[in-house]
Amino acid sequence: MSELSQTQRDDLRTIAAMIIPASDEYKVPGADDPAIQADMLKTLGRDSELVKKALDHLARLAGKPLAALDVARRDAVATEFRAKGGAAAATLVRVVLQCYYRDDRVLRSLGLDLRAPFPKGYVLQDGDWSLLDPVKARPADLRRA
Amino acid sequence: MNDPVDVLIIGAGASGAAVAWSLADTKMHILCLDQGGWMNPAEYPSTGRDWEAKFYGDWATSPNIRGRPEDYPINDDNSPIKVVNFNAVGGSTVMYTAHWPRLHPSDFKVKTLDGVADDWPIDYDTLTPFFEENDRMMGVSGLSGDPRSPLTHPPMPPQPLGLSGPLIGKAMNKLGWHWWPSDTTVATMDYEGRARCINLGHCTPACAQGAKASTDITYWPHAIRAGVELKTHCRVREILTNEHGMASGVVYYDKDGVEQFQPAEVVIIACNGVGTPRLLLNSVSGRFPNGLANSSGLVGKNLMFHPYAQVYGFVKEVTDSNRAPPTCLWSKEFYDTDLSRGFVRGYGIQFGRGAGPVFEAVASEQKGILPWGADHHRVFRKLNGHRLAVSAICEDLPEEHNRVTLDPVLKDGHGIPAPRIDYTISENSRKMMDHGLARGREILEAAGATDICTNDPIPWGGWHLLGTARMGTDPGRSVVNEWGRSHDVKNLFIVDGSVFVTSGGVNPTSTIQAIALYIADQMKQRLANLFD
Repeated sequence: MSELSQTQRDDLRTIAAMIIPASDEYKVPGADDPAIQADMLKTLGRDSELVKKALDHLARLAGKPLAALDVARRDAVATEFRAKGGAAAATLVRVVLQCYYRDDRVLRSLGLDLRAPFPKGYVLQDGDWSLLDPVKARPADLRRA
Repeated sequence: MNDPVDVLIIGAGASGAAVAWSLADTKMHILCLDQGGWMNPAEYPSTGRDWEAKFYGDWATSPNIRGRPEDYPINDDNSPIKVVNFNAVGGSTVMYTAHWPRLHPSDFKVKTLDGVADDWPIDYDTLTPFFEENDRMMGVSGLSGDPRSPLTHPPMPPQPLGLSGPLIGKAMNKLGWHWWPSDTTVATMDYEGRARCINLGHCTPACAQGAKASTDITYWPHAIRAGVELKTHCRVREILTNEHGMASGVVYYDKDGVEQFQPAEVVIIACNGVGTPRLLLNSVSGRFPNGLANSSGLVGKNLMFHPYAQVYGFVKEVTDSNRAPPTCLWSKEFYDTDLSRGFVRGYGIQFGRGAGPVFEAVASEQKGILPWGADHHRVFRKLNGHRLAVSAICEDLPEEHNRVTLDPVLKDGHGIPAPRIDYTISENSRKMMDHGLARGREILEAAGATDICTNDPIPWGGWHLLGTARMGTDPGRSVVNEWGRSHDVKNLFIVDGSVFVTSGGVNPTSTIQAIALYIADQMKQRLANLFD
């Protein structure tokens, strides 16, 4: 399984930033952040072929490096790519999202723990069991055979 | 050739494990072959930071996506519902939501009550002691006394309601509709060597804590201690028969890929509603040219899935998200037939507590409610951690054109023909799903949810594989008799979901295992004349 070409990497970075740009308001990087991009490239694994297919499709739509297009043309290409890109485009978008939403800076901004669920787990509130009282008050009405 | 065994069980999942454990007290030589191996909880998804990403790859629910060597491919292109399963010791109990309702008494008498499909040859009361025994073995948590469900006696208290449960409960109370804490196989206290749930949240693709019951950690340790032998990475190709028309044993490929013959006095199939008909249809001989145990022509037919009609939305309040077992409540408000709804039979409702951030981002982007660009962050913060879901589990009625056959081209890693699924959603199921979607929307709106979306059906929702070797007293209308023995081959038994006559409107694993224990009990009672 060959790695992405430099052109493909450039387009991946550009489209990733279009999906999730950096935000000063939320103090988060964009999905074109070098660490997030490195995570994508390192963990492409079984998604490599579909992501390459998506990037080839993107390149055909753009006709040149995505970053070289003006904003309006780039947006038009992205819209068509997402609308007609099928499983390959969906895979590329999913790869961007799954790497973005496990980045420490992003999770911290969301107020989420920077860890795997195991072994610490989470504490769950018991909740208000009196809510069940109206249901308990109903007569049993199990349909018999 | 291997030494003969008394009993050969094919499949170490939900039903195979239960039947192995039950038969162990006969002191017969019992061997189980499974195409998968023992799982290592230290490698389960929730142990790593990439826990959500694994759900789209190595831990996908579809064997076609997952593609582990232990999996076999399934051609389900001609079905709107894709087959999902897991192949290992423990089978699909390794990868399930642990939701644990039982079929209702009325589910066994659908012809008598509603004039559709067929009645079962057994009834709920026959299974009651086996439901109870199975609940103890699997370790069930729940709250006894649900006015609209069969009476259960869970040995552990129910899961906490958390943040999501009260939101759902209030909405259901507002509508005056039934709801109740689900019975689940999630241990809410330390139980029989299993540690209590610590809310890892990512329950479906295996529980690293061991709080979720899977048969590799419930039945199998007991069965092995009692003397049952379990061989892993052994994929059975076909069942052979002798000159008397009895099963003589199986041909399988061992862990090194070497073809082996294993002779046996009794063969029990526990390969689920797709794997079992596949094996029978692959077991062709001069005496059984249409596949083994198939004189009725019904092997593989009457496949039932339970179409899932799911509605989800987003509330202002924070929900449990990925910080709790995904299911905690059910409703039986629409379970029984009411012809004014425009369909016969009904559906159970399974509520969902929420989702993790990656799942939320991927699902919401695909639905078009999470935009690209500058507004992405604001919208994501509105959605993430605010999801509630309502899923109608619709009773699928048996139809012969919904079926499992052998694919003429597709084969597994050992060259064994793979199953092909041909399935359509019936008009009755379609109406039931529409009803479920409308009621789900009402529930979510009562909870104050917005941005409501649907999955109709849940495409990768073919968890429940039922009906493809149905039980019955008429050999012309069924594959096995009322205690699981093949009508055609008197030392061949089927104990998995294939034997279901109808599907009910609930997750079936509890009932599958109760039936497996019942069949094992019948075998033990009839050992002296088992083949008469």
